[in-house]
Amino acid sequence: MNWLMAFIYRLINICSKELLAVLKDPSSRVILVVPPLMQSLLFGYAASYDLTDAPYAVLDQSNSRHSRELIAAIDGTGVFHRIATLHSSDQIASVIGNGDALLVLQIPSDFDARLNQRQVSPIQMILDGRNSATANTAAGHIGAIVAGYNQQLDPDSGPLVRVESRAWFNENLQTRWIILPGMIAALSMIQTMMLTALSVAREREQGTFDQLLVTPHTPLEILISKAVPSILIGLVQSTLVLLVSLFWFQIPMAGSLITLYTGLLMFTVASVGIGLSISALSANMQQAMLYTFVLIMPLMLLSGLATPVENMPDLLQTATYINPLRFSIHLVREVYLEGAQLADVVPDLIPLIIIAVVTLPLAAWLFRHRLV
Amino acid sequence: MDVGQLAVRARAVHKAFYDKQTRITQQALKAVDLQIPSGSLTALVGPDGAGKTTLLRLMAGLMQADSGGLEVLGIDVDREPQAVQDRISYMPQRFGLYEDLSVQENLDLYADLHGVSAAQRSERYRRLLHMTDLARFTDRPAGKLSGGMKQKLGLACTLVRSPDLLLLDEPTVGVDPLSRRELWQIIQQLIAEEQLSVIVSTAYLDEAGLCDQVYVLHEGELLAQGSPAQLRRHAAGRCYIATPSNGQSALQLQARLIDANRLIVDAVPHGGEVRLVTQADVAQVQLSELLGGAPLRGTEPQLEDGFMVLLRTRLGGAPAQVDALEQKPPGDNVGSGSDVVIEVRDLVRTFGDFTAVASTSFEVRRGEIFGLLGPNGAGKTTTFRMLCGLLPSTSGFLQVAGVNLRHARASARRRIGYVSQKFSLYGNLTVLENLRFFGGAYGLRGKQLKARTDAVLEQFDLKGQERTRSGELPGGFKQRLAMAAGLIHEPEILFLDEPTSGADPLARRSFWRRITALAESGTTIIITTHFMEEAEYCDRILIQDAGKRLAMGTPQQVRELVQPVRAPTQPVLSMEETFIGIVERGRNGLGAGEVQV
Repeated sequence: MNWLMAFIYRLINICSKELLAVLKDPSSRVILVVPPLMQSLLFGYAASYDLTDAPYAVLDQSNSRHSRELIAAIDGTGVFHRIATLHSSDQIASVIGNGDALLVLQIPSDFDARLNQRQVSPIQMILDGRNSATANTAAGHIGAIVAGYNQQLDPDSGPLVRVESRAWFNENLQTRWIILPGMIAALSMIQTMMLTALSVAREREQGTFDQLLVTPHTPLEILISKAVPSILIGLVQSTLVLLVSLFWFQIPMAGSLITLYTGLLMFTVASVGIGLSISALSANMQQAMLYTFVLIMPLMLLSGLATPVENMPDLLQTATYINPLRFSIHLVREVYLEGAQLADVVPDLIPLIIIAVVTLPLAAWLFRHRLV
Repeated sequence: MDVGQLAVRARAVHKAFYDKQTRITQQALKAVDLQIPSGSLTALVGPDGAGKTTLLRLMAGLMQADSGGLEVLGIDVDREPQAVQDRISYMPQRFGLYEDLSVQENLDLYADLHGVSAAQRSERYRRLLHMTDLARFTDRPAGKLSGGMKQKLGLACTLVRSPDLLLLDEPTVGVDPLSRRELWQIIQQLIAEEQLSVIVSTAYLDEAGLCDQVYVLHEGELLAQGSPAQLRRHAAGRCYIATPSNGQSALQLQARLIDANRLIVDAVPHGGEVRLVTQADVAQVQLSELLGGAPLRGTEPQLEDGFMVLLRTRLGGAPAQVDALEQKPPGDNVGSGSDVVIEVRDLVRTFGDFTAVASTSFEVRRGEIFGLLGPNGAGKTTTFRMLCGLLPSTSGFLQVAGVNLRHARASARRRIGYVSQKFSLYGNLTVLENLRFFGGAYGLRGKQLKARTDAVLEQFDLKGQERTRSGELPGGFKQRLAMAAGLIHEPEILFLDEPTSGADPLARRSFWRRITALAESGTTIIITTHFMEEAEYCDRILIQDAGKRLAMGTPQQVRELVQPVRAPTQPVLSMEETFIGIVERGRNGLGAGEVQV
């Protein structure tokens, strides 16, 4: 017990030093608060997407000449790629829910009959709102195709086929609904990785790291002292973005905070592990900064934050499996927008834990075994 | 004096810097007046923060003075900086060599920058490369040169064109004694051959002794000026050498003398004796009483003696002194010389093909002051880091306080203290926070921590500074805080890596007074230094070059390797000369020989 008390006491001692060192630096204090606010607003307002390729499914209950003509017109554009032909409306939920199709067109059984009577004939379009920008563009395309078909049916009368669209998961189809939950993870990653990468490098540069190594503090304690403040700061930043998202953009949260923070904690630990490994490999702050930037770029690109992972080439899709951001963005979106439970996000949690378990001991080992 | 003959003329030059973070305005230069004749070699001397660099940068037109007039080569620098820059060359402290470019490419680059014509180049290069002895290394990347060679290349790049005035900012900082001597030979050769004026700043007083004119700066003020002979005269008739007697060691006598600051201006150990400078009006009776029968003889003043007299006068005779140091009662082992606390046998460290330390062996006993000396790249830092457990050894045996710190349980590290180069502390944290952290790191807490914190604050004169951020402390305070942090847990062994670099002579005296007191109370001290004269304070020294051990023994024993017999008329060899002698013999393959104690 004595030993444990001494260990805890030393941990508190070294962690409070780390926190003081970060918080007493006015420039780092600014970095901690301003970028998450600024960037979440910036991304919230400025981000928009283009449609690249869109998987869709059809539930053709009419199965008539007109309905087949319309489907052929959609298939013929090349923008859409039909992945399934459904047979009952029960199938829609799974096709959209799994993300197999971006949209499902439901053509009712009286479609042909109403058209023949020159009556307005509605079709339903169900969109996957989780990827709102793509969904919006897709809806626009469908609208254009249907308008062209209306023209072809009867150029003189008003539009006969009317598209009634509904978006699931994100009823107003707002891009920021997708972007901001992603930013909750992405922004804090940039900061925590930078902070941890610089923390050891800064001490190396100032010579205090040697001073630290000759004290009775074990490498494990030093590691924890470097990790804990960064994790705390990372979570505070996530919270800032979460608050902006909830109260400024008023994006309602469907899931529980506990699940969200469990995921965020694991993710931050994994990012800190990567940051500390960078730190242990860098001789000075410049190097640490450079390595972090070099790494952050692909981590962001391959995360699914801006473009869906499913649209990437196979090789890159494989590469995303070592990217903690990929899993955390997925996790946060599921919890925030879909209300996923802890059990639902386990597949995202496991890779995060693996990344943390590999990088943290690696960093601890590198601390003492670097030759420089 | 005709203005046309002056290289630099400064009238009441003021310069202040405002630090935004600390909101403190620092007076870098206060009403500096000087007239430097052209064609001469002039030194600006003073400790770190004296204002040397600021003055040089003002002369080079890189900054503007707040007030006062400054003319360089008869031109007003404030008004026409470019006209001045066309005729001068300035070598800053950290000269911008391109480390990945070769020696030749660096020269070409600077020649291009200064628009030196192709015709002029070949002749100029030949001369510069010959002078700096770099002709053999023209293809080598600058980053692969030694510290001394880098400085020589920097000087060569500065001199690709012929300036009328050459400004050198501490060209010998971080350069070992051998390279230092070579650099000064180059500078003197330049003056003789090119009739240019040179102004050089330095922290070394022996270098100032080589100049025609010396300007002594202290905290932004011009303390004194004159030729070296004139400055020496301040201590005329007050310099003596005392020989310790009655079984007293030179260090004990020196400690007693330097503590008696009403009578004594300065006292340093020198070749087993003590060199001292007395206050102006000291009666012989008082002096002999203080010396306790130690024989005394007069000696010629040196530049440093004159400088110390000036400094003490300036500070009103109230020098920073060591108060009664908490003396541990000497235990049974203390000073008995039998207790080995550090043992090193056949220690080797290689980095790839490069051997940083080659088969070094030594022992250090309890209460000893053991100095590691050597030129840059000699392996002393590598040895030091291996001792502290910061670097694994390639092979060999190593024990500090009975364990190898590299593999020992963390608690074993409680027995050592460490003060790194640059006095590494957390600049954002206050003095108290730093001490509390290091105390806590060594397992102190509660009342014990409070007691020790108070004790070191007292011991190192840091009272009243507890709430100051350590980054804002002046250099001398930083050094004392680093010492306080290293000693807060009362270690048995204290490691000090170049603890006196950049400190003024007064601060260095009180530093060494504390160290000798610590050693007396049984703390073992391992120290590296590039002030060779400080080796005199060590009980034993180890001199390394190119990773090899060249000599080891007491300073006197090492000196006798170079100067085996000394005629009574011959002066005692300085440690610097001894060092150069040892290293040169080692490099010439003569083998400096070994002293075993």
